[in-house]
Amino acid sequence: MNLLSQTDLELLSSKAVSLRRDILRMVYNAASGHPGGALSVIDILVLLYYKVMRVDPLNHADRERDRLVFSKGHACPALYAVLADRGFFPSAYLEQFRKIDSPLQGHPDMRKTPGVDFSTGSLGQGLSAANGMALAARLDGSPRRIYAVLGDGEIQEGQVWEAAMTSAHYRLDNLTAFLDYNGLQIDGWVREIKTLEPLAAKWRAFGWHVLECDGHDFSALLEAVYRARANRGAPTMIIARTIKGKGVPFMENRVEWHGTAPNREELARALAALE
Amino acid sequence: MQEQKATREAYGQALLELGRRRNDVVVLDADLSKSTRTSLFAAEFPLRFFNLGIAEADMMGTAAGLAASGYIPFASTFGVFATGRAYDQIRNSIAYPRLNVKIVATHTGVTVGEDGASHQALEDIALMRVLPNMTVVVPADAHQTAQAVAAVAAYDGPVYLRLGRPKVPAVIPPEQPFHLGKGQLLRPGRDLTLVATGIMVGVALETAALLQAEGLEAAVLNIHTIKPLDGELLLEQAARTGAVVTAEEHSIYGGLGGAVAELLGENCPVPVLRVGVRDTFGQSGTPEELMQKYGLTAQDLLASARRAVERKGKA
Ligand SMILES: Cc1ncc(C[n+]2csc(CCOP(=O)(O)OP(=O)(O)O)c2C)c(N)n1
Ligand SMILES: [Mg+2]
Repeated sequence: MNLLSQTDLELLSSKAVSLRRDILRMVYNAASGHPGGALSVIDILVLLYYKVMRVDPLNHADRERDRLVFSKGHACPALYAVLADRGFFPSAYLEQFRKIDSPLQGHPDMRKTPGVDFSTGSLGQGLSAANGMALAARLDGSPRRIYAVLGDGEIQEGQVWEAAMTSAHYRLDNLTAFLDYNGLQIDGWVREIKTLEPLAAKWRAFGWHVLECDGHDFSALLEAVYRARANRGAPTMIIARTIKGKGVPFMENRVEWHGTAPNREELARALAALE
Repeated sequence: MQEQKATREAYGQALLELGRRRNDVVVLDADLSKSTRTSLFAAEFPLRFFNLGIAEADMMGTAAGLAASGYIPFASTFGVFATGRAYDQIRNSIAYPRLNVKIVATHTGVTVGEDGASHQALEDIALMRVLPNMTVVVPADAHQTAQAVAAVAAYDGPVYLRLGRPKVPAVIPPEQPFHLGKGQLLRPGRDLTLVATGIMVGVALETAALLQAEGLEAAVLNIHTIKPLDGELLLEQAARTGAVVTAEEHSIYGGLGGAVAELLGENCPVPVLRVGVRDTFGQSGTPEELMQKYGLTAQDLLASARRAVERKGKA
């Protein structure tokens, strides 16, 4: 299936490149932050904010908007870069990331940053909040949709599975979650620390509609989103296979780049790889 | 005999009333709805009631998501599980984003009784009080609980409402207005101030009557809102009487006694004696036995009151 025109595809791809550059500059500028998981998730966010979600930067508190709970909050440079580009706040804010009195906190703060739908940072909490939002949309009789993005290491948290049962029990088909399956957490490979496998079977056993795709392929991601939308009676988990550090060869699949800022020379090399 | 009614019973009824008046009120529970009395709301408004199962962390997060979407969630379970099991969820998903979630614990303190220490929250006020943005309310009787439910529903922000399991006597005159953050001077007195919260308000009034027989006039304050604390009333009474005894069905650390001692230590250093559970867990027993065992009776208050008066001017 080809859901994206060549023009669309080029547009999204070039967005993703320039936002990756923003992410690296933000983390460099802050001299701290989490580049690896931001680079693995940025394509998912680009697709959501440019092709999927109904949001209005000029009316970001609109009750009828679609919502995103960015549960893997540490990767927020990706979210901030997209929100700035979509016009939720001036791109000059990006320079303030992690600085004192900044609207862009080290982890997402819904009270400080326009466009952030939920505060996250303590892993494992976002899916419960997304469930609450999905229940609220149902009570409102609203067609709005709720999206959630989770890290793979993150789902080792027990609360995620409490929430997974809740989404399935309440048949929250207005909820679509993405798992950024980059295989790495802080201390190493997820499969070595505490494996998630059999992952798709787990979510299915918890009552979810499960799809798997390449998390850097816009057409595949969009197809999965459409299939999620068409599915009735169950929430959808899109297991997106990704590469931590994607786009910067020396960061790819390297655990060291989970939470380390590049120095000036590394930034230059990284940016050169993203032209 | 006075009318006796549990604050949790009053909560269940007040919630039902609130549900009839406002359709943006939703209720969550974690498999304790019969005990918390949210079952009353559930029976009439099944679509606005969510049982999350035995999953308190998930319940708090779900409540946060509902609040972020404009609803007013009341999330209920026992005090230990509400504040301890789900602490990080309350901290990061409710208090930090200042979401309009009402956390209502219906079983707290030693009067939980026979279930014993695992179910007797004695640190919940302390845990909630240290969270920025959190309001902490402990009503003294059933009628005040109904007033508190209405008041916290009208207030936009996170609240911890601490209730109790057993039937308790009516101690607050029903015509007393209830304002969040405003203490109540239930009885004036010049010799010392008894500062109480929750079921200890009744005990404090009893103590004041005993003190009167000894020729001591004790003022009695009901501090139903522990945070924000009514500093004005407390300072005024402390300055006027020169001695303070606090009383709560909670640890002497971090709760009402802690809050009052902090305030007076900085602003009006008079002797402050704290009546409460002295850094120990509870145990099984009847509520009455446990109140005795852990020093929460009028006789205990009386002893502290005498000591406080003796120390006046020597602090
Ligand atoms: C509850 C909690 N425990 C620990 C952390 C510290 N922490 C931040 S990121 C991280 C690893 C996350 O791994 P993963 O979910 O796979 O994220 P990604 O690979 O996408 O960066 C940890 C343990 C946290 N933020 N929250
Ligand atoms: Mg990972």
